[in-house]
Parts: sequence; structure tokens; C-alpha cells
Amino acid sequence: MFDHILSSLIFFPAIAGVFGFMIHKDSIRTYGIAVSIVEFVLALVLWYGFDNSVSGMQFMESIPLVPSFGINYTLGVDGISLFIVILSTFFTMLGIMSLTDTPNVKNMIVTLLFLQMTMAGVFVALDAIVFYVFWELSLVPMLYIIGAWGGPLRIYASIKFFLYTFTGSLVMLVGMLFMAYLYYQATGIWSFNLLEWYRLILPQSYQLWLFAAFFLGFAIKVPMFPFHTWLPYAHGQAPTIGSVILAAILLKMGTYAFVRFSLPLFPDASVFFMVPVAILSVIMVIYTAMVAYAQKDIKQVIAYSSISHMGIIIIGTFALNVEGISGSVFLMLGHGVVAGALFLLVGVIYDRRHTKIMSEFGGLAQVMPRYAAIFGVMLMASVGLPLTINFVGEFLSLLGFYKQSPILTLLAGTGIIVGAIYMLAAYKKLFFGEITKEENKNLTDVNKRELVALIPLVIVAIWLGVYPKPVLGPINSSVESIVELMHNKATTKEAKMRIPSLAKAKVIEIKHTTVVEEAH
Amino acid sequence: MLSPVDISLESLNLSTLTPMFIPIVGALLILVVDLFKVNLHKSLYVVLSLLFLVMDIFSLFSSSDLFVRNGITLGVFDVMIVDGLAIISQFIVVGASLLFIPLAMTHKRFHEFSYPEFFALFLFMIGGFQFMVSSDNLIMIFVGLETSSLALYTLIAMHNREKSFEAAVKYFTMGALAAGFFSFGAMIFYALTGSVEIHQIADVLRANNFENISFVLVAVVFLLGAIGFKLSIVPFHTWAPDVYEGASAAMAGYMSIVPKIAGFVVAMRVFEFLIHSGVAWLEVILYIVVVITMTASNMWALVQTDVKRMLAYSSISHAGFVMAAILIGTTQANSALFLYWILFSFTNLGSFSMLWMSRQKHLPDYQQSDHSYNKFAGMIKTAPVAAVIMALFMLSLAGVPPFALFWGKLYMISSAVTSGYIVLALVMALNSAIAGYYYLKLIVFMFMKEPVEGYDGEVYVNNATLALKTIIGVAAVGTIFAFVAINPLLEFISAFVYNSGY
Repeated sequence: MFDHILSSLIFFPAIAGVFGFMIHKDSIRTYGIAVSIVEFVLALVLWYGFDNSVSGMQFMESIPLVPSFGINYTLGVDGISLFIVILSTFFTMLGIMSLTDTPNVKNMIVTLLFLQMTMAGVFVALDAIVFYVFWELSLVPMLYIIGAWGGPLRIYASIKFFLYTFTGSLVMLVGMLFMAYLYYQATGIWSFNLLEWYRLILPQSYQLWLFAAFFLGFAIKVPMFPFHTWLPYAHGQAPTIGSVILAAILLKMGTYAFVRFSLPLFPDASVFFMVPVAILSVIMVIYTAMVAYAQKDIKQVIAYSSISHMGIIIIGTFALNVEGISGSVFLMLGHGVVAGALFLLVGVIYDRRHTKIMSEFGGLAQVMPRYAAIFGVMLMASVGLPLTINFVGEFLSLLGFYKQSPILTLLAGTGIIVGAIYMLAAYKKLFFGEITKEENKNLTDVNKRELVALIPLVIVAIWLGVYPKPVLGPINSSVESIVELMHNKATTKEAKMRIPSLAKAKVIEIKHTTVVEEAH
Repeated sequence: MLSPVDISLESLNLSTLTPMFIPIVGALLILVVDLFKVNLHKSLYVVLSLLFLVMDIFSLFSSSDLFVRNGITLGVFDVMIVDGLAIISQFIVVGASLLFIPLAMTHKRFHEFSYPEFFALFLFMIGGFQFMVSSDNLIMIFVGLETSSLALYTLIAMHNREKSFEAAVKYFTMGALAAGFFSFGAMIFYALTGSVEIHQIADVLRANNFENISFVLVAVVFLLGAIGFKLSIVPFHTWAPDVYEGASAAMAGYMSIVPKIAGFVVAMRVFEFLIHSGVAWLEVILYIVVVITMTASNMWALVQTDVKRMLAYSSISHAGFVMAAILIGTTQANSALFLYWILFSFTNLGSFSMLWMSRQKHLPDYQQSDHSYNKFAGMIKTAPVAAVIMALFMLSLAGVPPFALFWGKLYMISSAVTSGYIVLALVMALNSAIAGYYYLKLIVFMFMKEPVEGYDGEVYVNNATLALKTIIGVAAVGTIFAFVAINPLLEFISAFVYNSGY
């Protein structure tokens, strides 16, 4: 039953999208909801069938695509990718359900279904080229969503989004091809299979260059400072659904790829670049948090706060130990839920007033109490209040990095404090005080359609904050195997030290060899 | 008194000429038909040409069988050489022609297709290209080059518009100069080595260890100039945009594929031994030419306001990209060249056919040229299927996976990486990113702008007939499902290129 579940997860929405062209435009919304529910159920079935005790890849599929050049259609899922896949289907479902009246709704839903295909593909691909195919392909539906349904600057924003990411990815492609060539030199076989690449131990000089090539592709996607300038435009111009998917899933491709590619392939380079990357992340956390405080537009506040939180994810990833990486993977999920929900909430108010400027509002808590309550919960989650989803991830990420550098961790922690300041300030401007504008007096509270999307997110945000174990468990065991792999692959002494080994026996063995070296 | 030359017919191996003879016989037949009965409908000529091209393909299959069994075959006093390069490139030439000729079946009436001479010249041209690629004799190459070029000039002029004459004359003048360059280069090589056969030139030069290096370089520069004209390599590219603009869109698409693959094969034959001989200068010259061709033409393409001119510059850029294979010169690179060009021919012919299908007879006021960008504004609302197909071709040209051209780029960049040309690989990658912008520009116009007042979808399918739609369908399917065909193609091409010694 589970043999081809990953392929069905990828191609079911695509096929449904093709058939979607045949549906009459009055019924397309129902069709979209039905398809996305089926897709979500498929993802839940995947979770049901997932064996928590296995840390490696599960549900693997492999079909030769270009065997003479070592390209195979290889899929697999482990604890790290499983939940991101579920999250992506979850958000596509909620996004389609909450879709407000849009012109050309049929094109929108078909596009969303294609986007779902590429998202599922990126997270389950285990072949570098297949990964790259979905990675690039995901740009096209997003380009269309921003460019066709966005605000006044939509064309500029969509092209900027596309070109930025496209350029970075092409450099990454050169890196991938070089990696494959090194593998070919070492083994005599062309292969783009990630699991086979994991077994290759590279000299540090190669690792540094390859790390840099991959880093450019991933960092632009995340987006890390100083490559982040495309994101505020994309968020500012995108329609609600576009921002939601972009923040919740597409940005996670970059951070996921760090965990999947950069760390296990280049452990020495990861250690080498740990401090520079962490410094960039700290700048990103603090700087964008300050920029967020200066925004007048509520959507921009959330966009910049989103970048700021991505910085914490990167810091957690580059802690290079189990706590940090598990925390960052969990924070990817948390950030997806929270940022996605906040963008949905902004969409709610935008639909009513067609403005996102905070000074236009004030006192909304009086007319829209339910809306204010949900917004409050999500805001607290975003700030990282204990017992909400983000707290778990942020805490673990920072804890992990504390072991590497207390000072940088402290600096990153101040970002969270600034985060509390700007979020609470924004909340005050929107919801408290007197109603100053006449138009705001008659606003209707959230309706059923919006609640259908928002309530599940609130539940998830609190449930995983109180009891993260069902998700954190599988993530943890997969991360442990990655850290172990990195430790074993590391060649430099510093890397061996920075990346902790989980098996105690191995440490002794290594000490032994170093002693022998000294004796010579 | 001279003793009679005694040569057995057997040793001439005339069967090597079969693939070239078929289109030539076809051309003669069309002329004969015209002698007996005038004013026949163009469909007759189209189908006749198609039939002869199909026969040509079959004869190519038999020569490829022969190649697999016996290796390289020489014929006609060793002037003809049937090796892997010749066979693959003839497949591309004839295959692209098969896709091109049904484009004559437009809905609107165009001047040139009512003449049977058009089709006769077309078939003569194909014969010329086939001679050009299956010889390593510089004189034979020259004859093939000129046959095909003269026919091509006429075909462009027959479009019968003001700009077409300009284009044809421009192309003719430039072509004449290129012919001069070619003969000069060949002459110097002959003076140096006493032979016009490339492999003998290589042997002699290697034997005397490139004594007259300065003369060799002069000859190389002349030949590079001549071939550069054919391939529209910067700085010999200036004719290309104007000629593409003057020619009909279908012809422009054809010109961006077929003459160039013939040029690449000649370049491969001429330059390969020179690259491997370690003459450093040549590598530097080629390196500069490749990088400038890719980059500069991308820059020019960015500022075009007409889609056809944009595609013209983009074809120059693609030619530069592929020229890198000649520079790299490994088996993988040479295979990548053919793979790239096969995939490119599908995509590019498809996109030019889309323009051809939307060709109007009279331009409305706000449209400055035949295919200005704003003509395509809001196409998704008025002609959704056509817009999606056009976007598909653009994405493929930009190298977005999994569409056809991505695989070509992948293999090409990989061959650069494998041979240690990392910087070149990065330049190639970044150029693909720059190119992304102008392909995207058309997508932006089609998908994100509002349609022009008073336009219905009619204009985009103005010229559509079943024949045109079929060709575009074939190109689109080829573009989308390319990933299925990559492996067999790659194995076929690599084996043929490797066994030809390149």
C-alpha cells in the first residue's frame, strides 16, 4: 500500500491540476478543496505508516531517469522531511479553503495545485537533480501568483523574486555538477544520489568551495542577510494566499536544504563557516527585527519578523549538534504555522478595509473580538511565549548554539526581545485604544470560512507547544543520525570537536589515533 | 600519353552519397512537375518535400546501421566521410526540416509558398548541408556551404517584403565575405601542408610540430571568421537580428537551428585537433569569443522591444553557449553539443512557430513591428492554451527544469566542470540567469498584463491550420517530456561521437 505513496503525494495534485482545466469555474473551488483534502489525508497516511524507530530514509522509491549520467528518480522521507511535507499539504488545504473572491479563481487553484506538487517534490527528493528540478519549478507558480494577483508593484516584485532565486540556484547547480564529478572521480560511477554522496569524504579545500556554491543557492531562498531584499517586496505585493505559502513552506526549502545537503556533505566546511554564518544570522535577526519595528504596514511587519525568525532557524542549524538542528527543524514547522497564520490574519483585515497601514486601524478589539483573540494567540506564539509552538524550537535552537558560542547566542536572544517589542507595539496600534476611523466601526468579525482556516492553526500552535513529543521524537532520531554521520565524516580536528559524537566508544577511538599521531 | 585511370566503381563507395541524393532528386522532381503543370496548390509541394525528407531519414537510418557495424566509411576518393558526427548532424538537419516544411501550410496566403522553386531550393539547401557535414575535405565543405547558403539567401528574399530584401542582401554580402575568409583559411592550410583534408593537415602539422605557428594562427583566424559568420558568433553576428527580422518567423526559426549545426560540425572537425595540439593562443581566442558571445548577446536581448529580435539575440547567445563545447573539446562536451542542439531545435522551432502562427498581414497602429511585446499582453485571458504553450517554450529556453533545454544545459555545464573549466561553467550558469530575464519578460506580458483593447484571442491563431498546430504540438510534447528521451539520446550520441574519435 505504501510502495508509491511519495510519488502519489507528488503527482496527485499535478494530475488533479491538469484535470482542473476541465472543471467549470463555479465548481472549481469545491474541486480544489476536495483535492487538497485528499492530498492532506495522503500525507497523514504517510505519517501513520511512518516508523518512528527508524532514523534513516523510509518509503524509498527509485526509477532510473538518465542512468548513463547517474540521474535517478529517487524519493524517500525521514523524520526531518516528513513533517514539512505534512505542513505543506496542510497549508495548501487551508489556503484553498480560505481563498476569498479572486478574479480568475480557476487559474489560481490550478496554480496552487502545481505548487503543491513542487513543494512535495523538493522535500522528498533524494537525488540532487530531481531536487533541483522541483526546486526551480516551484518558482514558476509563485511567479504567476505574485505577478497576476498581486498589488500595484506586482510585476517588479515577482521578477525580482524569480531572478534572485534563479541566479542562486544556477550557481548551486554548478556546485552539484562538481560534486557529482568528484564522486565520479572517486568511484568511477556518475551518481546524483544524495545517500551515495553522503558516503564521500572530501578534502577540506573542495568542501569550502562546494559549500559556498550551495550556500548561495540556499541563502537566497531562506533569505539570509544580505540576500533578503527580494522578500519584503514579494510579501508586500503577493496576495494573501501567496504570502501564506511563501512564508510557511517555500522559505523552508532553503533551511531544509541546509540540513539535507550542506551539513552532511560538507561537515568540515560547516564548522569552518559556522561563525561567519552565525554572524550573518545574528545581523539578520537583530537588523530585520529593528526594520520591522519601523514599518507602517502590518504585512511588512510580519514579513520582516519572518526574516528575523528565519535567522534563529539558521543559527540552530549551524549549532551542528542534536539540540540545535532538531530545534531548527521544529522551528521550521513552528514558523510555518505561525507566520502562515499571521499572513492569513492580515488577509482577513485587508479584505475588509483594503488597506494594511496600521494607522488606519485602532480599537479593533471592540468590533472584532474573536479576530483580536486569534491574532493575540498567534502573536504570542510568534514572540515565542512558553507553551506555544515557537518557544520549543527557538529555545532548542539557541540552547544548541549556546554550546558553540555563548556570546552570539546572547546577541541572537536580544532579537527575540526586540521581536516582542515590535509585535506588541503593532498589536497595540491595531487593536487597542479608541476607534478613530469611521469605517472601522462597522467591521464584521471573522466569518466561518476564515475560522475554518484559522482554528486548526491555533490548535496546532498550542498543541505542539504543550506536547511536542510526537513530532520532535522522529525529528530527533533522524537528526541524531545526521550528526553522527557528520562526526564520522569530519576530517579536521576542530570539526571532530565541534560536532559531538553520540556514540561514546568512537570518541575514545579517535583520541587513540590522535595520540598515535603525536607519538610519531 | 597518360595511362587511363582505372578505378573500380566499388572503391568509390557511392552509397555514401545516398542521403544527399534523395533531397536533390526531390528538388529536381518538383521542378519537373512544375514544367508540366503550373499553378498547383502548395500542399502538393509540401507533401512531396515531406516524402523525400522521410526517405532521407530512412537512408540515414541505414547509414547509421552501417556505422554501428563497420565504423567510419569513406567514399568518393575519400572526400565523403560518414562518421558519427555526420550521421547525428544529418539527423538534426533533416529532422528539423521535417518539422519546418509543414509550416508552409498557413491559413493566410504568403507569397513565397506559391512558387514551386521555394520547395526545390529548400531541398537543394538540405542537400548542401548534408554535403557540408559529411566531409573533411575543405573544398567539399566549401561547396556544401555555398550551395546551402545561396539557396538560403533566395529563400529569405522570397518572403517578398521590404525588410526581406534588405535581409537577404545583408546576409548575402556577409556570406560572401565569409566565403572569402573560408577560402583564404583553406588556402593557407594548403600552402602549409599541401592538403585540403583536415586529418592530413592535422598529421602534417603535428609531424612538423607546428613550425609555422604564426601562419597556422592566421589560417585559424580566417576559418574562425568564416565559421563565426555561419554561427553568428560575436563579433560576426551583426547580420543575424536583421536577417531574422526580415525573414518569415518560420524561416528565422529554421535558420537558428539547421545552418548552425552544420557550422558546428565543421568547427568541430577543424578546431578539435588544434585545441588538443596545445596551441595556447587558439584556446584563449576561443575562450574570449565564447564568453563575449554569450554575455554580449544576452545584454542586447534584454533591451529588445520585439519578440522576434529578442529570440534572434537569444539564439546567438545559445550558439555561444554551445560553442563552449568546441573549446572544451572532450567527448562529453561534443556529445553535449549535439544533445543541446537537438533539444534546442524542438524548443526554438516551437517558439518561432508560435510567432509564425500569430503573424498578421496588416499591423494595427500601436504595434510598431510584427511581434512587439505588447501584442502578447494579456494573452492568458484571450488565448489561454496558446499562452501556456508559449510560456512553456520560454521556460525551456531559460533552462527551467524539467523542460527540454535544461537537460542540455545540465550536460553542457557538467562537461565544463569535468574538464576543469570551473570559471567557464560559472559564466555559463550566470548567463542563463541573465537570459532568464528576457524570457520572463514575455511571460510577464502574456500572464500579468491586461489585454490590449479590442483584441480577442483571434490574432494569436491567425494563421493556424491543422499542420501548424501539429508541429507546435510535437514541439510542445518534445519540450515537456524531454526527460524521457534524454537517456536513449545520450547513449546514442555518446557512442556515435566517441566512435568517430571526437
